[in-house]
Order: sequence, then structure tokens, then C-alpha cells
Amino acid sequence: MNRRTVLAVVVGAALLVPGCTGTGGSSKGADAAAPTDPSKVTGTIKVLTVRTDLVQDGTLKKYAAEFNKTYPKVKVEFEGLTNYEAEVKIRMNTENYGDVLLIPAVIKKSDYPKFFASLGTEAERSKKYRFTDFTTVDGKVYGQSPVGVSPGFVYNKRVWKEAGVTEWPTTPAEFLADLKAIKAKTDAIPYYTNFAAGWTLTSWTYVDGSVTCDPQATDKLAEGDPWAEGADLRVGDTLLYDTVKSGLIEKDPTTSNWEESKPRTAKGEIATQWLGTWAIVQFQDAAKKAGVNPDDIGFMPFPAQVDGKFCAVIGPDYNQAVNVHSPHKAAARAWIDWFTDKSGYDKDNLAISPLKDAPLPDVLKPYEDAGVKFIELDDSKGAQVKTIDNQSETGIYAPEYRQNLVDLARGARKGSLDDFLGDLSKRWTDAQKTAGS
Amino acid sequence: MTDTTQKAAAEVIPAAPVPAPASRGTRAWRGVTPWLFLIAPLALLVVFTYAPIVNMVAYSFTDWDGVSPELHYTGAENYREVFTRPDLFEVFWVSGYYLAASAVQTVLALYFATVLSFNVRFRNFFKGVLFFPYLINGVAIGFVFLYFFQDGGTLDSVLSLLGVKTDHAWLGTPVSANTSLAGVSVWRYLGLNFVLFLGAIQSIPGELYEAAELDGANRWHQFRYIIAPGIKPVLTLAVILSISGSLSVFEIPYIMTGGATGTETFVIQTVNLAFRFNKTGLASAAAIVLLLIILLVTWVQRRLVPDDKVDLV
Repeated sequence: MNRRTVLAVVVGAALLVPGCTGTGGSSKGADAAAPTDPSKVTGTIKVLTVRTDLVQDGTLKKYAAEFNKTYPKVKVEFEGLTNYEAEVKIRMNTENYGDVLLIPAVIKKSDYPKFFASLGTEAERSKKYRFTDFTTVDGKVYGQSPVGVSPGFVYNKRVWKEAGVTEWPTTPAEFLADLKAIKAKTDAIPYYTNFAAGWTLTSWTYVDGSVTCDPQATDKLAEGDPWAEGADLRVGDTLLYDTVKSGLIEKDPTTSNWEESKPRTAKGEIATQWLGTWAIVQFQDAAKKAGVNPDDIGFMPFPAQVDGKFCAVIGPDYNQAVNVHSPHKAAARAWIDWFTDKSGYDKDNLAISPLKDAPLPDVLKPYEDAGVKFIELDDSKGAQVKTIDNQSETGIYAPEYRQNLVDLARGARKGSLDDFLGDLSKRWTDAQKTAGS
Repeated sequence: MTDTTQKAAAEVIPAAPVPAPASRGTRAWRGVTPWLFLIAPLALLVVFTYAPIVNMVAYSFTDWDGVSPELHYTGAENYREVFTRPDLFEVFWVSGYYLAASAVQTVLALYFATVLSFNVRFRNFFKGVLFFPYLINGVAIGFVFLYFFQDGGTLDSVLSLLGVKTDHAWLGTPVSANTSLAGVSVWRYLGLNFVLFLGAIQSIPGELYEAAELDGANRWHQFRYIIAPGIKPVLTLAVILSISGSLSVFEIPYIMTGGATGTETFVIQTVNLAFRFNKTGLASAAAIVLLLIILLVTWVQRRLVPDDKVDLV
């Protein structure tokens, strides 16, 4: 063997080593039981979060200090991840992904028991908490969202009033007419797409359920055609298309700016955006910073009524879960329970409480006054929808599909709306056949 | 401080000039020495370049979703899918914009390198100006130019100062967006090409120009008959780099438009397959295919333009 061969063999062998380490061992699943005596729980737990802002300004530390009053021997550390989904996905190939984390969308539901410790049975937890079926596998619950969110339009009340609109529109056509009135009578941009940020456009997928007011809307995604005439997503997409097509949006969507859109909406330069309840607190903060009245920020449901009533879908935010490999499961469980029940995190964020018996937050008072009907979607087919979505590469939770729709509407992409939605439903229904069962 | 240094130097100096007869041990030691130096870079190269590639090749034969502990061997299924889906290759049209831009870029870089290799006023300043963009992080460039192309942003302001009133949405249509992005890419990579050319030009001995001037050659003749043949190997390299570069554009469009409005490139599409639709296996196969395409293009190019020895004298 000459030198070159030796070198080649050595390098080749070195290369093969990592090649074999593709898969880790799979564990059987475990329970994270709630501790009975708070003073005996010990350990240092690491909590992964997307709220980097709350890590930086020390808000989370305050929650931890409050938590320590009940659980003095537990030390809570936080790690904020800006690009949460991508980073956590890579870390979950190891065993070190914090003790408490948010369940990333990429994890298949059937894999939950391999990654997370169970918080209890659904039968028992669903008595007290909302959204349990979103993380239930074989009757066991693996996560709990600390807040509930509902999609809707964030709008500037003052601008809408200036345009002479005082009642919430009840049909997409009325909504368009109102936006046209805003364009004619005020200087505001009637609707801001936030095209460039991309993820903001994905809110349009959460229209699902609001139009037909059907708690089984997710089942319909899994089994039916989401873009059939009159289906929720088609109604939503058509409204977005018509809004863009009628020139009721910002001048150059490709360079829109999410952070700037908040103070601009507060000041009345932008009239409306389709987001969710989670956004209200951010827009009110922006209003305070800009020195304008935070009460101008309003929130309205999708312009569709069933039996004369609006419909609002309540869903979970990220679900918190316990790492199945965590050595301090009791402490981690204690944190999730405390953060969900007692921290006041939901109230601080003006969000809907995850507890079934809790009252609605004040920001949704107008909803109660208007008799809006609240529904929760049944998520038993949620995993299947995700599989179909990935298989078909439609990306209903990804920005491209709505960006393409906006491009189509403003003429930067060739084709008609019918062809565009027809192509989506063809890909979707084809994938249903292969991803079925 | 000075004392100790001097003492140490005094002790070392007499030992140095003695040519020790190389024993068996020393010879072996000498053979090993370069490898000892190479351990660090080789380890880095293997760990961070070759090992991931081997892993990627392995993943390309599986249906792995990027996170699940389970993966199944699917044979060449991913490759079959890549080659039977024409939509996956349509994005290569976008590379055309970058290819055209890199031609412009090469010509510009060559022009500036030639001009600045002669004695020009503020020569070093201009060199700095041209090379500077290459030193900036690509992500930062993306954000800077997002403001640059914004409605009423830097570009519009500068144009209105010059009296040109445009109402153009620079990233608004596929043609305009791709041209704008390719322009950013020229701005960014011009410096690299420029420095490569400048280095090559400066390695041409100065007497040649003097001799040429005595023979009555003007600047164009000097470029045509001395500089151009002298830098041919570097020119070939630059062309290869710009072709493989335009096939695998990523940072600038990913940061600025995320692939919207017809600016999606092959690499963005691959990243989306892997991280958005969790088809890590398919994405790995697509990445391997891109690698093979680039190798093929390079090979064809080397066959068409063989790298012969340059002899100026």
C-alpha cells in the first residue's frame, strides 16, 4: 500500500463513522406526574421558548421568581430561540432539548411519546383544560398551551369610524365595500398584507372554521377539498384575492415591514390586518410607544355569519411539553402546571385562558356584546392534515401559498384565481389518496 | 524582558547552524511533521465538509423527515422523484438572471482591475471601495438592500435627487425582482473577482509593459496581448466560480424575498423541501443532483477551454 491508499482508507473510515449514526435509540415513553409536595421538588430545569423578548427584558425571570415561592428548590433557566422551529428540530436529534419545550410543528403526532413525557390522560385533563385533543396520542395528553388564540382582523377603530363604518361587515362583499370606503374617505391603507414577512400571511389558514362555524372543519380538510366552492379556505382566499385585486393594499407589498406595521396601524396609517388575538397586545404596546390611544386598536371576526351570528375559532398557541429524557420531570411538570394555571401569563398577554372555567379576556368584550359564537375545532384529524400538507407540498401553514396568491391578484404572476385554487385542490386531493388512512 | 530574550537567543544560535546527520528517528519525525500541522485543518475539513456530505448521500436514499427517530431505506426512489418532476427544475430559469449578471460582473471586475493596476490617483482607496462589499455578511447585505429597494427607499430617493421620478416597485414583478437581486449579487461579488484579477495582473513582470511601450503599444494593446493571456487561468477560474455560483444562489434572495414573486432558486427550493415539508430525504437527493450538475458543467467547461500553460516571455 502506498501513502495515498493509506490516506484514502483512513479518510474513508473516518467518513463512515458519522454515516452510521443516523438514528438514535427510541425510548418507550414516560409520564411526567404532577408532584404532590411542592417543597420536595428539586432540580434545575431549562425552559425553551420563542419569546426572546420576554427573556431579554426579564419578564420570564419574574415569573420564575414567583414560581419559586411555591417550589423553592427548583431553579428555572430560560433559553429564547429566534428561529425556534429549525433550531429545535435539529436539537431533537439528541437528548438535550431542554426540560420544558414547545412542541414544534414538525414533529409527527404519532412520535410524541418518543419525545415527550405524558401529562396525563385526556379523559382526566379535558375536564379542566381546553385544547387537550391537539396533543393527545392514544388517550394520553403530551402538551398544554398556556394561552388560547383566535384569528381575526386587527383594525384601527378611529379610521373605520372616519370612513363611516360602525358595524362589523357580515359578508366578504360588505367587507370589501368598507375597505373601499376607507380608501375613498381616509388617507389610510385599507388593508396591509405584510407580504414580505411571510408568516403573517399564514394567518389566513386559520380562517378555517370561521366561515361555516363548524367544529369539524379540520376533518373536512383531511377528507374533503378545502378549495371547493363555499369551503372555508376558498372563501378566505377569495376575500384576500379580491382585496388585493381591488388595489386596497399597500403600494409595494414586496418591501412591507411587519415591525413598522404595528405603530402605523396604531397611528391610523394602516386600517386593517388579518392576524389574531395574540397580536392585540403588541399593537397596543406599539400605540403606547407611538404616543397614541391604545384603545383605537380593535378586533373583529371574519365577515361571515351563520344563523345571524359571527363565529370565532379558539385554538391553542404552542403547546408546552416535558422532554422525555429530562432527569427532572417532576420539576418540569410543576412548571407547566404553574405556568398554565397560576402565572397570569394569559392575562398579561390579553389572551384567552386555557382553563375551561375562566372568563374571556376584556379585549373580547365586544365579541360577547355582539353575540359572537366561540367554537373549538376538533383536532383528531390534525396529524393527517399535516401529512397531506407535506406530501402535497401545498404548505397551508407556510407563506409561499398566500404570497403566490397575492402575486396573482396584483398581476405579478400569470393565471386566474380558479386555476390557482384548482391546482391546489388537485395536489391536495391527490396527496389524500396516498397519505390516506 | 530584553535580558531574557537576548539570553534565549544566545543559547539557540550556536545550535542552529550544525547540520545534524539525519538518523532514522529524525527522518521518520520529519515525515510526520507536515501531517502534524495538517491534523487541525484536515480534522475540520472532514468533520464539517466531508462527513456531512456522506451523511447527506446516506439520507438521500431514505424517507427521513429530519427529526423522527425512524427512517426507512427507499432505494433510488428520491432520485426517481427528482428526475420525474419537471417543476423542480423550472427554478433554474432564475439562475439565468444571475448568470447574465455574472458576465457583467466579470467584465466590470476585469475593467477595474486593469485600470487600477496602472498608476492611478487614489488607487488604494478605490481598491478598498470595490473590495469592501465582499467583506460584509450576506445576511446584512440582504437587509440593507431591502431598505434600498423599499418604496420611497434609498434608491428612489437617490433617483429623485437626480430628477428621475420613478414609481417602480423594484421587487414587484418577477423580472424586476430578479434583476434587482442579481444586481445586489454583482455588487457583492465584484470585489472578489476584482481582487483575483488584480493579483494575477500584478504578477505579470513590469518589464513587459516597458518593453511593449518601447515598441509603441498603447493601453489596449497591452491589455490584449499581455494582460489577457497572462490572467487566463484566473479568468477560467472566475468563470467556473460564477457559473456554479449562479446555479446555487441562496442568501440574497432567501433573505430579501424568501423566494416570493418568482425569485425562488434551486437551493431555496431544496431548503423548503427539507425544512418546510420535512422531506429531508428528497431534499438531500436534490442537493446531490445540484452537486452533480455543477461538476458536470465544470467538466464540460474544462474540456471546451483546456487549461494550457501560459508563457508570456
